[in-house]
Amino acid sequence: MSDFAVEALNIYRTFQDGEVHALDDVTLHVARGEVFGLLGPNGSGKTTMVRILSTILAPTSGSAVVNGYNVVEQPDEVRRSIGLAGQFATVDENLTGLENLRMIGKLNHLENAFVKRRSSELLEQFGLSDAAGRTAKTYSGGMRRRLDPQSRQDLWAIIEGLVESGTTVLLTTQYLEEADRLAKQLVVLDHGKIIAQGTSQELKSRLGNTVLSVSFASTSNAQHASMLLSDLSLKPANLEGTVVEITVDQGPQAAADALRRIDAAGLELTGLVLREPSLDDVFLSLTGHKTEDETAASTEPTSKRRRKGRR
Amino acid sequence: MSTVDQTHALPVQAQKSTLRWAISDILTIARRGLLALVRIPTALVFSMIQPVMFVLLFRYVFGNVIQVPGGQYVNFLLPGILVQTTIFGGIGTAIGLAEDLQRGLIERFRALPMARIAVLAGRTVSDLARNIMVLILITLVGLAVGFRPHGGIGAYLQACLLMLVFAYCLSWGFAYIGLSAPNSETAQAMTFPLIFPLTFASSIFVPVDKLPGWLQFFATNQPVSQTAEAVRGLMLGTPHGQSTWITLAWSLGAILVLAPLSTARYRRVA
Repeated sequence: MSDFAVEALNIYRTFQDGEVHALDDVTLHVARGEVFGLLGPNGSGKTTMVRILSTILAPTSGSAVVNGYNVVEQPDEVRRSIGLAGQFATVDENLTGLENLRMIGKLNHLENAFVKRRSSELLEQFGLSDAAGRTAKTYSGGMRRRLDPQSRQDLWAIIEGLVESGTTVLLTTQYLEEADRLAKQLVVLDHGKIIAQGTSQELKSRLGNTVLSVSFASTSNAQHASMLLSDLSLKPANLEGTVVEITVDQGPQAAADALRRIDAAGLELTGLVLREPSLDDVFLSLTGHKTEDETAASTEPTSKRRRKGRR
Repeated sequence: MSTVDQTHALPVQAQKSTLRWAISDILTIARRGLLALVRIPTALVFSMIQPVMFVLLFRYVFGNVIQVPGGQYVNFLLPGILVQTTIFGGIGTAIGLAEDLQRGLIERFRALPMARIAVLAGRTVSDLARNIMVLILITLVGLAVGFRPHGGIGAYLQACLLMLVFAYCLSWGFAYIGLSAPNSETAQAMTFPLIFPLTFASSIFVPVDKLPGWLQFFATNQPVSQTAEAVRGLMLGTPHGQSTWITLAWSLGAILVLAPLSTARYRRVA
């Protein structure tokens, strides 16, 4: 068997008779036992990719193998070998917490005795033992999500636990902080295409620079400084009100140079910050837009999916 | 913080035949539907109020106006209302599946190694159970307002079985509607253009010979009228020709066409 839990080759997927290209030649290799982050803005194709890998949707062309099984030819084997948690807490409201877990266990064709024992164990783990016999519709949003965990802290703990025990996790998220913390390898999708891949360190260093942000007492001072400092910057200096931002290679050295020049010119300085690039900066520079602003996040809540590999 | 003690090999049940897996999955899903019936009694009560209203309104508002062969309108009406009610049960099938789809449950089920047909078959089976409860209730209400089925208990049960079979087969068409609707409200509205002509332009409420000629042809030959004829004949102990066999033939035809169609639809929705 190959070393990859997921191998997707040249996946294309179109919708509406070929008018919409949701995925455009996407190739992924997810190594066994790692957390793999699939990033991208709304509509970039993340969800379509997860649907294809979990056999919910067939690719228009291309092939994908999950845990050694072809998603088109052996969908049942793929489904048996994975677990999927969607972006919404998908529980049956009319069933109790215990009944929800047992139903999923049974539909996974696990042994009855195991299903019973494991369902109770899980409820205890989620701190829901007391509510086990109540229907899910009486649960608060937070309680519901514990059945289908997506609160960040819980999810992180669970993902780390899964990975320790040898499970492969494919994580799609709009939270870069989360991807940064959990995922070893990252792929960034935009408009159905892979626009960057590598470790989060590699992605950050590809952007390659630190931002030096200097604020002044007045806008005229700031304007003056933006001209003074422009040759230190790798990109055109960014002037916003009383703040000048320059992009530099060597942070501390650039800061010292900048301070000397500002002092010599007699400008009145009110603040100076060196900012290391965040994944958000990487995202912004790659896609030209920020990850998800609040409005987008409220219409499509935390898009988090995880996939468990062979256990 | 919780941790996960993930065993490396989960104990999967011993290999069963595809058919036995399918039956086990169908029962799991049907159980879920039955629990919902018990858990939301208001929904069950509301699904019973409408047929009771129909019985009372038709019995007392139209009862003295509509002339039927053999005299008593209440005896003509009740078998018809029972057929209508079991068919209307399909609206619940459409709404339920549309809700599951909307809530993401269908997508979740589709990522499980369960039988493809189970979500639909489980739903239609639990809706069948609801139909049985409604049949019992309407029979009791009917008896209370003067319904006297003279065909005997055996024939009565046969009639009930026949309409349940017909309604069940037809409910696969409602499953298709449920899977095609963007939400449950629309699913309900989408059933109306199908369900109203079928039940009202039929022999359910009035004898078809009272209808205008152009409508008579449709009303006489459409499957719901055939079912109503057979059910009425059995319950009242009156001749009903070949209508039982015709109903069974329609039922078989309906499920053979509608079940594969709905299952194909289920595979496509995401």
